[in-house]
Amino acid sequence: MKVDLAIIGAGPAGLAAAIQANKSGIKAENILLIERNNSLGGILQQCIHDGFGVILFKKALTGPEYAQIFIDELEQRKIRYMLNSTVISVEKVGEGFILKVCSKENGFLEILARAIIFATGCRERTRSQIFTPGSRPAGIYTAGCVQNLMNLKGLLPGRSAVILGSGDVGLIMARRLTLEGIKVKAVVEIMPYCSGLPRNLVQCLQDYGIPLYLRHTVIDIRGKKRVKEVVIAKVDDKFNPVEGSEKIIPCDTLILSVGLIPENEIARNLGVAIDQKTQGPVVDENLQTSIKGVFACGNSLHVHDLVDYVTLEGKKAGKAAAEYLLFDRLGKCNIKIIAGKGIRYVLPHFISGKKDVSLFLRVTKPGRNKRLIARFQNRIIKEELKRKVNPAEMIKFELDKELLHDVREIEISLLD
Amino acid sequence: MVEKYDFLIIGAGVVGSAIARELSKYEAKVLVLEKECDVCFGTSGRNSGVSHAGFYMPPGSLKAKLNVLGNKLMPGLCKELDVPFKEIGKLVVAKNEDEISYLEKLKSQGEKNGVKGLKLIDSREIKKLEPEVNGVAALYSRHSGILDPFELTIALAENALENGVEIKLKHEVTDIAVRENFFEVKTTKGSFRAEWLINSAGLFADEIAKLVGIHSYRIYPCRGEYHVLDKNHSNLVSMLIYPVPPLESGGLGVHLTPTVHGNLMLGPSAEYISDKEDFSTSRDVMEELIREAKEMVPKIEKASVIRSFAGIRPKLVPKGKAFADFVIKEEEKVEKFINLVGIESPGLTAAPAIAKMVVELIKEKQELKRKKVFKARRKRPRRFYELNDAERKKLVKKDKRYAEIICRCELVTRKEIIDAWKNPLGARSLNSIKLRTRAGMGRCQGSFCLPRILEVLEEEFGFEALNLTLSCDDSRLFSDYSRKSLGKDES
Repeated sequence: MKVDLAIIGAGPAGLAAAIQANKSGIKAENILLIERNNSLGGILQQCIHDGFGVILFKKALTGPEYAQIFIDELEQRKIRYMLNSTVISVEKVGEGFILKVCSKENGFLEILARAIIFATGCRERTRSQIFTPGSRPAGIYTAGCVQNLMNLKGLLPGRSAVILGSGDVGLIMARRLTLEGIKVKAVVEIMPYCSGLPRNLVQCLQDYGIPLYLRHTVIDIRGKKRVKEVVIAKVDDKFNPVEGSEKIIPCDTLILSVGLIPENEIARNLGVAIDQKTQGPVVDENLQTSIKGVFACGNSLHVHDLVDYVTLEGKKAGKAAAEYLLFDRLGKCNIKIIAGKGIRYVLPHFISGKKDVSLFLRVTKPGRNKRLIARFQNRIIKEELKRKVNPAEMIKFELDKELLHDVREIEISLLD
Repeated sequence: MVEKYDFLIIGAGVVGSAIARELSKYEAKVLVLEKECDVCFGTSGRNSGVSHAGFYMPPGSLKAKLNVLGNKLMPGLCKELDVPFKEIGKLVVAKNEDEISYLEKLKSQGEKNGVKGLKLIDSREIKKLEPEVNGVAALYSRHSGILDPFELTIALAENALENGVEIKLKHEVTDIAVRENFFEVKTTKGSFRAEWLINSAGLFADEIAKLVGIHSYRIYPCRGEYHVLDKNHSNLVSMLIYPVPPLESGGLGVHLTPTVHGNLMLGPSAEYISDKEDFSTSRDVMEELIREAKEMVPKIEKASVIRSFAGIRPKLVPKGKAFADFVIKEEEKVEKFINLVGIESPGLTAAPAIAKMVVELIKEKQELKRKKVFKARRKRPRRFYELNDAERKKLVKKDKRYAEIICRCELVTRKEIIDAWKNPLGARSLNSIKLRTRAGMGRCQGSFCLPRILEVLEEEFGFEALNLTLSCDDSRLFSDYSRKSLGKDES
């Protein structure tokens, strides 16, 4: 099989990319969207809570509702897609790529594509990756896994739960569990602040009286066959448990919401350069990776806070891929963007200086009345006052091309 | 009516399963009783997965003899049973000049034990073999190998089963009566009679021995914790990398073990504990493992850990005490009771040799007649991720269920999940699927594949997801349905 554009992953990023590529001139039959699940929409299908689409649609939709808008458009445009199909490798051949795909309906396939968009989403960090000690009985889940089990399978994980980590999925699941009659005894966060969005903190914990333990972590899990209790403790500035602060919480379930990691195993094996901070590909302003013709967007590029930004990024990748395929006119991007003081990461990594660009960044810690600064050597290119910053919220920072004459490198930093 | 057997084996770890298989070569009625819901859930499934060459054990000991013999038998056995085995070799690395003399001691000890392929090498040669390893000198051992202990135990048990052995899971022995001509063994699920009783109960061998009136053994549980590293970070070494064993630790020191599946493991620690079933990991040890591994291979990163676990050594001596040999004998006090006590490292390596020794012990007393037909070969279900693309294509053409990936991290297909659930031992738990397929053993640790596995079980077997357990009975994964109709009615 031969296509112009193969898009891996049919979550919000992949859907938006496919639709935009078609709008930008790639024929529907020359696009192939490949999805390993049995439906389009990705993780949105298990997100039955509302709040999606506030920026793009000015509405608070549920995940499936949000996805359906794009699925309908995809169908209407007759863009091809393949469900139950897992891409197991991508190799470069000549000017294009070969994708090896295992497909429930179509068997083992080799697909030739001239360009690729990675929209492979992210996975959850697990208990082992954060070194949580204790036993390993039934009843330990990641938040997204519980969300899938409860919302798509109708299965309850237990009767009383502690949630480790205050990421958005964890907060949303705290509310969801409570609504299903499961007692959420505590949400435990190692940082001195909630790592999810403020609106989720209010609507999911505070509205239900669920206690949030900041600067705390789980130091032991007990129970041989099924979780019986967890031990939490305060942590000091180096995140080490403070002796004497232990508290035993009886529960049968421990749910982890301790961070998301972009999934890039296939991209990595293809040779795409990966940013150690974001765990996603290094990209330029066209979302093109270190390999020509390979693009990345959505949560596989970096973990987003709002799905609307994922959609916008998908669109951008779709448009860029179309321009690459039709005109091969993506300009050189030689201006390096560097994350400076107070900035955890900033994307894209390279820009051309010939276009207005939006940078997306996250700060290292919460703060008030900060100055967001773009600087080339000693010259301040742009400065914006930020009344409130929060690592949970992605910040958009726009740079007009007029500001970028003779600039070779830009450092973004957050100062008092 | 209580059923009567010629041989009753208590415990389906690697040793019990190997004995069962060895006995299945003869005309005899053999029963294996296992308290867990699958084989290999104890010490046998919680170790480094190494076939040791045999230079650690003092010459003349049973441990030395059975280790060396087991190591020789292992490649052939694994081939017969279709279990992946790789003779990757090993370096015991001296960190400083002082430790070199110990390497020499190990070498001469090994040679006395009959170990071939040992060589002392210098730091330059270390770098040539293993560029990431730091050390001033090392003992190289050619015949050290790796295998998957789950697969070996499962294969032994399945092959025994195929040759007529009965294996009863979830049958915990609660009492034993020594009668005139037989043993009466009570379990949580009924009683069984047997002429010979073989105690391969691992950590609980001392307690089983007590049931027949032998009180002279005490098992000291010594826990060892491990980390498993992401496959992306596992090409740091190609061989087994061991330190010079720390004195009186109870173990061989924290080492780096490549697995046959392409991960790297770090561990184990050695900590005497009181509870034989406390497989917890602990904060300090988890950090310490990384620190010690880094001494040999500085590039090891904490961030690459995808799983931590612990195993427990059934030691016959407490902390700080001298070497204790395996106990493998027919007890004088109780005729036809064969005791296997203190089978810790190198128990996995020695298992094939132990099985042969047990049969020899029986033959001293009783004639055993070879079966006319013994099916020595066993074919394991296909593993998609092990195949090259041409083989994959062929397999998928034959059976499309191989084209549906259920576990994305380890590339496990629907067909493999089906095969695992239909395993001949009748083990039905999530962990039983995991051990047989590797689904859930990858970097996401089952977050993505658990719902998919449930779907397969529902669709293929009509299995009620609510009833799935992680391991044995009390480990149910779910408490209830939220909406009865959800997840059941797809329309």
